[in-house]
Amino acid sequence: MGPETLEARQKAAVEEILKAYPEKAAKNREKHLGVGSPNDESQKTCGDVRSNKKTVPGVMSQRGCAYAGSKGVVWGPVKDMIHISHGPIGCGQYSRAGRRNYYIGVTGVDTFVTMNFSSDFQENSIVFGGDKKLALCIDEIETLFPLNNGITVQSECPIGLIGDDINAVAKVKAAELGKTIVPVNCEGFRGVSQSLGHHIANDTVRDYVFDADVNLTTDDVVATDYDVAIIGDYNIGGDAWSSRILLEEMGLRVVAQWSGDATLKEMALTPKVKLNLLHCYRSMNYISRHMEKEYGIPWVEYNFFGPTQTIKSLRKIASFFDESIQKKCEEVIAKYQPMIDAVIAKYRPRLEGKQVMLFVGGLRPRHVIGAYEDLGMEVIGTGYEFAHDDDYKRTKEEIFRSTVIYDDVNEYELEAFVKKLQPDLVASGIKEKYVFQKMGLPYRQMHSWDYSGPYHGYDGFAIFAQDMDLAINSPVWAHSKAPWEKEG
Amino acid sequence: MQNVEKIVNGKDLFQKPEYQEVLANKKQFESSMLAINPAKVDEIAEWTKTWDYREKNLAREAITINPAKACQPLGAVMVALGFEGTMPYVHGSHGCVAYFRSYFTRHFKEPTPCVSDSMTEDAAVFGGLVNMKEGLKNCAAIYKPKMIAVSTTCMAEVIGDDLGAFITGAKEEDGGEFLPADYPVPFAHTPSFVGSHITGYDNMMHGIMSQLTEGQKGETKDRINIIPGFETYIGSLRSVKSIVEAFGTDYIMLGDHSDQWDMPAGQYQMFQGGTKLEDAKDCINSKATISLQKYATAKTMKMVQKRWKHEGGFSNPIGLKGTDEFVMKLAELTGAEVPEKLKIERGRLVDAMQDSYPYMHGKKFAIWGDPDFLLGVVSFLLEMGAEPTHVLCHNAPNGWAEEMRALLDTSPAKDSLNVWAGKDLWHMRSFLFTEPVDFMIGNSYGKELMRDTGTPLIYVGFPIFDRHHLHRYSISGYDGALNLLTWITNKVLDQLDEETKDIASTDYFFDIVR
Repeated sequence: MGPETLEARQKAAVEEILKAYPEKAAKNREKHLGVGSPNDESQKTCGDVRSNKKTVPGVMSQRGCAYAGSKGVVWGPVKDMIHISHGPIGCGQYSRAGRRNYYIGVTGVDTFVTMNFSSDFQENSIVFGGDKKLALCIDEIETLFPLNNGITVQSECPIGLIGDDINAVAKVKAAELGKTIVPVNCEGFRGVSQSLGHHIANDTVRDYVFDADVNLTTDDVVATDYDVAIIGDYNIGGDAWSSRILLEEMGLRVVAQWSGDATLKEMALTPKVKLNLLHCYRSMNYISRHMEKEYGIPWVEYNFFGPTQTIKSLRKIASFFDESIQKKCEEVIAKYQPMIDAVIAKYRPRLEGKQVMLFVGGLRPRHVIGAYEDLGMEVIGTGYEFAHDDDYKRTKEEIFRSTVIYDDVNEYELEAFVKKLQPDLVASGIKEKYVFQKMGLPYRQMHSWDYSGPYHGYDGFAIFAQDMDLAINSPVWAHSKAPWEKEG
Repeated sequence: MQNVEKIVNGKDLFQKPEYQEVLANKKQFESSMLAINPAKVDEIAEWTKTWDYREKNLAREAITINPAKACQPLGAVMVALGFEGTMPYVHGSHGCVAYFRSYFTRHFKEPTPCVSDSMTEDAAVFGGLVNMKEGLKNCAAIYKPKMIAVSTTCMAEVIGDDLGAFITGAKEEDGGEFLPADYPVPFAHTPSFVGSHITGYDNMMHGIMSQLTEGQKGETKDRINIIPGFETYIGSLRSVKSIVEAFGTDYIMLGDHSDQWDMPAGQYQMFQGGTKLEDAKDCINSKATISLQKYATAKTMKMVQKRWKHEGGFSNPIGLKGTDEFVMKLAELTGAEVPEKLKIERGRLVDAMQDSYPYMHGKKFAIWGDPDFLLGVVSFLLEMGAEPTHVLCHNAPNGWAEEMRALLDTSPAKDSLNVWAGKDLWHMRSFLFTEPVDFMIGNSYGKELMRDTGTPLIYVGFPIFDRHHLHRYSISGYDGALNLLTWITNKVLDQLDEETKDIASTDYFFDIVR
């Protein structure tokens, strides 16, 4: 590491990385890479980075598709419904049970999250259309899984291309069976990433859960003044549960959880709550805004990663309610403080000053920054797979030092950034994991918590701290170099 | 609440009383009129175990539930990664590529390079030519592969993009700066709505081999080609090579991804190992080609026989008999004696089989996987006196069921052995409840069957996400058969221990010596 400042090195890295591209691609990628600084007021977003644009062809993007956004993220975790991957076999198989959306239920009987239902298109479905097959799929599901509470149809690429009318099939079948059947036109080629899939899925929640008669009795739940819903938590490794416990402890009643461990009924109950608590802004701001406009339910973003942000968020949430809640909120904060102090006292000395580079989706590229800071670590690079400009604006509020910001960073760029800036930890997805581990770099998979978790809430932070420590301070990284290898 | 002295993750955390209370509280908001009560859930759960349910399950014509197959481009990506410095390039949306890369990465615990040209709505309307032109150029410029192997997604296939013309167009437009005219860009059409991942393997292997060998026919060399097929065991590739090497013969393995998916730590290079492109071009001049997977290379091998006019054919070196046949085939092609080393290896394997056979003899197995894999492993089970009660191949091509039936008919237990072609793992669940077996052999999706039916699972197959390093071993050759024997026998013994461990009731049979 030379004598230059971190910011100078970051800027140099951006410039150098762009040199490898042909002209057109370089011009495009230039707009997605920047160095954000908390002091630089001139920046419109964060590092002036442009987002939500088409991926440059021919590079190894880490992005997914609209289908992944709808089936893999928003709808897939709704546990009492059956989600048909409608089209050829691959999409359903590759998106099967990979995200660790935890739930409680009897799988295959009254819950279905980790299963894969596919209409398994063959050539004749492409040639003659798949609508009839879809109708038959729905009938067969009804026969074999009588306790399902509804069905969603997740369109894969061919559906839109061959002009199938899944909306019509859903309508007919819903009327016939008296069940909620949701057609989701989330073909993979729509939009530029999984992001559009979130939006499309949110719109179908509006149309097929709120606006339609979902045939579920929700009258048995009498509303209270303290009803809230968790929106945009997918319960990865149980995250929503370790969040929920805090909300309940402060006297709120969590009526629904979206969509990790969710049921259709919980979703149907949501328009009656007093406040929507939004965790993953990117994937569920649409439906939250809709509920605000249509039912007058305010929503508030919160961040349950790391104690600093958790405390801030708990107080922000409490401020929407009366003094009794605010008082209990303080009690909750006080109750957990000794445990958190102990966690920080144990792990901060081992992690102080360590530098991290992040690349994830949704909310994590900004939300987890605070959790690292609580442990004395510094995030020197971050970026999103599929963010929009408003995500980068929100990111700006979270960065405390010059930070390289990379939107839709591809494998070539991320590898180059890591090599040039030499962080102590890389935290990103499964596809990138082994690239950096080969280099002898500590790594954590921050899409699914590397099969650990939860990471949300106070209890989750303790696990987060322990996991970061085991990653950075593991003896295995020292074995990369053989004893007979010379220095240099 | 966490105790800092012993921080626990979700496994234990959510068992704590305060979380059990949270989960119990949540229940009041969950249920609807339909998911009525625990008694109803139990009733339906019991019904799913019956013959009545099995009949309804087997009557399914439309919906596939828990498949045991994937789509074509996955296999195409595997082929590309078996060639030196080759970037798999998928013409379509990048969502598919994200899935292929995740799927392989989760199985191998290794990086899996692959690019796409990120087609979106405009490409759906106007075709993907613009994406192809820019994509090939960008790919060549920043990753500097020696070859780019192009396959398609269902999107590109539905809109009918012409790969050959597009690739030529990309090269011409570029003017040779990044893509010189002789830059190898083989391609294959791999629609996901035809066949499965093994079809994609075949199509891409055919595409690469036909393009690279174009105009290369010369004098025949005393050399053998080996095509491994959709092989997910790195160790198997190495076992096969070591058998061929024992004969001292010159050979080329076409599509050798063993180093790509088994990179040493210390540094990262995107491409490692693989069949040398020079060798791949020259393989048309070998005297023979052996494919180790008949159903995964049918189209490729037709070309090898018709255009290359090679002898050789198929040989599936899984199990004792399969390996014997492979060894004899090599002896025949090379005219050499079976090497001493292999004779000793075989003897050791047979010795091991004779040591352990009582624990496999008569045991009933359910097994699923790709067609060639199944033929090999089932053959080995029969060699041990085991009974493969349910053999399920979701992606069975024509002819497979008959071949498997004929194999099972060699067993004295043939009447109770079933072949299930084109069935999925939800069908398997019904078979396991109505006609139970002692053990299952299959991939990670089998663990749900294990939970539901209580049948112990022996992990062999693809994908295996939740167990580490099994793919580093071999299931081919004599050493591979020994691995299978070891895994299966020891699972049988584990299960025996499990069933005899209750203190002062069953543990009189809890033996130290077996």
